[in-house]
Amino acid sequence: MFFKIAWLLMRKDLTVEVRSREILYTTAFFAVSCVLVFSFALVKEGRPLQDGAAGILWIAIAFAGTLALGRTFERERHAETLRALLLAPAGRPAIYVGKLLGILALLFSVELVLVPLVGLLFQAAFQREVGWMIALLVAGTVGFAAVGTLFAAMLVRARSRDVMLPVLLYPITIPVIIAGVRGTAALLQAAPDVETARMWVALLVFFDAVFVTLSLWTFESLMTD
Amino acid sequence: MRRYLSPLLFVAMAMFAVAPVLIERAPYEASMGLVQKIFYFHVPSAMVMFVSAFVCGIASVLFLFKNRPSSDHVAAAAGELTAVFGLIVLVTGPMWARRAWGVWWEWDARLTSSLLVELIFVAYLLVRKYGGPASEKLAAAIALFGMANVPFVYVSVNLWRTLHPRTTVAMTLPAGMKEPFWFSVAAFGLLYIALLTIRSWLGRERAELERAYLELEEE
Repeated sequence: MFFKIAWLLMRKDLTVEVRSREILYTTAFFAVSCVLVFSFALVKEGRPLQDGAAGILWIAIAFAGTLALGRTFERERHAETLRALLLAPAGRPAIYVGKLLGILALLFSVELVLVPLVGLLFQAAFQREVGWMIALLVAGTVGFAAVGTLFAAMLVRARSRDVMLPVLLYPITIPVIIAGVRGTAALLQAAPDVETARMWVALLVFFDAVFVTLSLWTFESLMTD
Repeated sequence: MRRYLSPLLFVAMAMFAVAPVLIERAPYEASMGLVQKIFYFHVPSAMVMFVSAFVCGIASVLFLFKNRPSSDHVAAAAGELTAVFGLIVLVTGPMWARRAWGVWWEWDARLTSSLLVELIFVAYLLVRKYGGPASEKLAAAIALFGMANVPFVYVSVNLWRTLHPRTTVAMTLPAGMKEPFWFSVAAFGLLYIALLTIRSWLGRERAELERAYLELEEE
């Protein structure tokens, strides 16, 4: 039952998204322009900054993720559907998981564009350790989205939600950014340092476990008036 | 708690009055000299800051699940005090670092994690002030997530820095420095308890006043 509700909710979000593709297109375009702006700042005489690719990739993910989270819940607010969702005879944790899955699908699609672009512009060899790179991206995105989904859902009713979301989200997700950037940088070295990347993936998985649990635990009481 | 407030404040104030004498009498640290004395101020503030972060987190959990308004007042007070003591830590730290390390700021594990905890609690205060209706619950979630985040911040910053090891000044306390140091810790602890009591009391009074106003208007 739990997974069915989550699955249905994710499908609903994706169906709405596939019809207009508004969030996917705008978020992906935003992420691409982010990378371009950074490349003008950090590529000097045709040579990218050392470790620049890792940092820019994760900053772009964080920025685009904030945008996608804000837009997803803005759509619910605009159509007054969040209340309907909360009134439905479905467990609140299942609603949270459904929302989280929808946002994850969106972010992974954006990353499909983002990672090759950063690799191209910054001469970063992401393909050398594909398995560990994917592990870092998945674990990092899940951590970021887990906290982000909860905060974005709570901020739906707040006044200054557009500015509040990044203000709250970035300090809390700093460990994700540090782990993502350092792990990616370790993989992009001349001799890939898989040992270090594995350590950061482990930290990210631990972070995901703690914060998904905390979100599931608190979602119910946070979304009740 | 309020009954003990006046004696508590008195003792804390007296301890703060005596502390400079004890600190002055403490032996000089060989390599740093006078600037090391800021230690008696800086470290207790940092301790109080981290304790306060946990007080805020625990009070927020109580508010979220037991729905007790009094826990919310305690959480609000602890959140503000975390930010205040954090500011003290972040101002006194660089003053010491300038003399001891030769730079104002170093991306050391402890410095970075204090800065991040301060950031989380500034975000907490921003939500409380500008979050609009129902911001107490949102703030409580920030405090809870912030508290859960403290170990992650510490571990990740530590790992990040230890990949590039750097020698820092060892912090071992010789006799003669130990007593004034723990005296300062106790003074800061008492001050914290007193401030926390006053501030939560203020929050409670404010809520009570608001309720009374509403009642009056309804009549």
